[in-house]
Amino acid sequence: MTDYGILVDYRWCSGCRACEIACQMEQGLPPQRSGVKVFEAGPWQIAGERWQHDYAPDFLDECDLCAKRTSRGKLPSCVQHCQAEILEFGRIEELSARMSGKKKQILIIP
Amino acid sequence: MEREYLLVEHEKPYSYCEDGLTVTRTSAWSGPGCHLGCGVLMYTDELDRLVKVEGDPENPFNQGRLCVRCLALPEVVNHADKLAHPMKRAREDRGKDKWERISWDAAYDLIVERFNAFKAESGPESVTFWQGTGRDISTWITRLCWSYGSPNYVVALSGTACYAPRVAGCRMSSGAFWLGDFSQQFPDRYDNPQWKLPELILIWGNNPVITNSDGMYGHWVVDCLKRGSKAITVDPRRTWLANRSELFLQIRPGTDAALALGMLNVIISEEIYDREFVEYWCYGFDELAERVADFTPEKTEQITWIPADTIRAAARMFAKADGAIVQWGVAVDMTKETLPAGQAISALFEITGNIDNPGGMIAPPSILFSTGGWGHEFLEKDARKKKIGDAEYPLYRGAMQIASTDECIKTLETDRPYPLKGAWLQAVNPLACTGPDPKRTLAALNRLEFIVCVDLFMTPTAMALADVILPAATCAERDGIRLGDGTQRGETINRAVQGGDCRSDMQINLEIGKRFNPEAWPWENVEEMYTDILRETGLTFSAMREQAPAYPPFEYHKHEKGLLRSDGQVGFQTRTGRIELYSTVYQALEQDPLPYFEEPVPSPYSTPELYEQYPLVLTTGARQLGLFHSEHRQIPHLRALHPEPLIYLHPEAATRYGLTEGCWVWVENEKGRAKRKLSLTNALDPRVCSTDHGWWYPEAPAELDEGLYGLWDLAINQLITWQPGKSGMGSNYKTLLCKVYPVEAPTAQTKGEQK
Ligand code: SF4
Ligand code: SF4
Ligand code: SF4
Repeated sequence: MTDYGILVDYRWCSGCRACEIACQMEQGLPPQRSGVKVFEAGPWQIAGERWQHDYAPDFLDECDLCAKRTSRGKLPSCVQHCQAEILEFGRIEELSARMSGKKKQILIIP
Repeated sequence: MEREYLLVEHEKPYSYCEDGLTVTRTSAWSGPGCHLGCGVLMYTDELDRLVKVEGDPENPFNQGRLCVRCLALPEVVNHADKLAHPMKRAREDRGKDKWERISWDAAYDLIVERFNAFKAESGPESVTFWQGTGRDISTWITRLCWSYGSPNYVVALSGTACYAPRVAGCRMSSGAFWLGDFSQQFPDRYDNPQWKLPELILIWGNNPVITNSDGMYGHWVVDCLKRGSKAITVDPRRTWLANRSELFLQIRPGTDAALALGMLNVIISEEIYDREFVEYWCYGFDELAERVADFTPEKTEQITWIPADTIRAAARMFAKADGAIVQWGVAVDMTKETLPAGQAISALFEITGNIDNPGGMIAPPSILFSTGGWGHEFLEKDARKKKIGDAEYPLYRGAMQIASTDECIKTLETDRPYPLKGAWLQAVNPLACTGPDPKRTLAALNRLEFIVCVDLFMTPTAMALADVILPAATCAERDGIRLGDGTQRGETINRAVQGGDCRSDMQINLEIGKRFNPEAWPWENVEEMYTDILRETGLTFSAMREQAPAYPPFEYHKHEKGLLRSDGQVGFQTRTGRIELYSTVYQALEQDPLPYFEEPVPSPYSTPELYEQYPLVLTTGARQLGLFHSEHRQIPHLRALHPEPLIYLHPEAATRYGLTEGCWVWVENEKGRAKRKLSLTNALDPRVCSTDHGWWYPEAPAELDEGLYGLWDLAINQLITWQPGKSGMGSNYKTLLCKVYPVEAPTAQTKGEQK
């Protein structure tokens, strides 16, 4: 699976944490552990009506990119359930091509 | 009459095998979880255990996605504390953990004997039927209540302050309820050629990415923003969506009506409303214009704390948008003068012509319109006249099938106008969740001779009050159809877990209902009942399972085609045939026919002396991921997302009161106090704080004498009063004053601290 990754369009990550619970349920992990964790930055005021407020998921050591699911042609559980549809699973070179020219993208290669 | 339904093609039958597991395609409606009934795939193993829940990618509603609550559903269904069998307890043991397991037949016999005796001795009106949030219960509990013969169907909220005020208000003034058009009525959703992307979404009094109100999947807002819609957010809190909006209107809690009147003032004085729509389809525009004439943005700023120029900009942006949605929520209901607030907000989308138009506000199609209840014809004429609250409130007498909850509490206490004897509490937790003043509520309900609770888990309410408790099935353990709020679709709930001794609410009500009034419950089983409800689809329940969801036909601009009125004329189902900006119904019901704003009580302006003592404006009911009202506190993965009740405060205010992030505080007003953990945030105005509702600790000692699951420490509703608005609807859940000070010696060990 080394040539696969997940592309995150974190501009629209709503912090809904569906990815975390999806992963914990899929991988049978207890509440304290997960293959993905969502972080929050803000809200704080930058200037005037400009505010910092983002969420973004980080992928952790227990993420195996849902090897079992993807080998059967299913999407990784976090990708399928992401409520804002901001996670994309695919080949790294395809994903990195899709990143170019866009803001607030993270390419994850766990 | 059969209507042409649109069906969804499926590759597989509703139940199939995958890797040794049985997969059941179904709808997660409900409990546990929210009102929506998302399309899910439930995976069960050979031991009949639910092992996994996934979103159903074929279901147009949620399109494969799920929120945390349904993802964690197996932890609920397999939970060791889930009620497994009917139980009873002697009346003198209320509040004690002294339950005796009984069979379903024994439970039914006991309930029927007691309720029939009350009917014979004191009349059927002496038995009251209570529900909580109306996700899947209204249809079945109303039929049970009315066919038993009681007019006293009650929603356990002060002023019925959730959804009902907006629905009732809209129906009285325009003959229909109006919801944002997110393409949910079409199986092909955003690709449907008739649909248009709303240019503007005005998010008002709800946080859609956390909550999912009115049949609306919250992330549809995100779907639309990604496709190019713009947003304006009205909220006391600068939410994530507020930070993705063109304008953020940080409103002082409880002043929604004033903001709407101020925006109407701008739209009318600048003549940027839809003249043609107003001329053809609205009644009473001149009166409305006169009413809002002095509501200048400057005056509105003083009331709402929103800058006048921001109000102007929002009004202009809304009026000029080609397709605008008001994504409104429960905050509009949870203010005391809710009807005029809802009326003012509706006028915004009405005079701008955002009615029945693509990307505007639509009247959601129904299969069974059950918001007001099902089976009212079974209630005898004499009994109707005895409905509690009708004497006090012309609106309840003239236009509502529901009893006034606030008056019911008084009746419980005073035996006036007649003594109450029994209660059926189904899917409701008034002590920990919906009811203000839980000590008063407990004392009032405790005067009843016999109380039945129906629920998934033991709750503080059932522990304190029930004489019999019946274990209800979760959505994984039952068959059903999704009716309920928002856009209805022929969606079946298909039982995935076969075993267990619990029964669905629908089965329970059918079985008990047959014993009270067999004529009202002519069906052999729930499947027959569902088939009957679905008859206009031309499909039986079992055929529908394979095809669901089935979409009722939908058209825009129905008022131009004579599709909204029962007489087939063009226009709206009102006395004047138009949308009544000036309501002839309110006039007849002795209410002000025009929208108005009334300063909430208490508030910095209405009660300045109290404000000196309690210098923070408090709003309650901040929604949390994973926790549906008072549910889910015992579900490990969901509790871990939000382990403790929080109060959110601006750092400036915290410094002023010497408080630090994460410390435990008492939140107190003149009525009582509740414990909270402090969370500092820049998202609030320093004058305003916000907190969660619905808290209890299932892990704390259960018995009443031991604290009822920590309830008396945790219940924020101890600060709230049973006190509806003038119409009998609406209540102040979201507009209080409080002070916040440190809890010196923590009395109850909390789960977070044990870790
Ligand atoms: S890809 Fe699978 S393993 Fe990795 S975070 Fe997502 S759900 Fe967890
Ligand atoms: S599921 Fe998607 S939107 Fe929600 S927190 Fe995770 S990455 Fe963000
Ligand atoms: S919104 Fe969440 S809780 Fe509600 S039905 Fe959908 S997945 Fe379940």
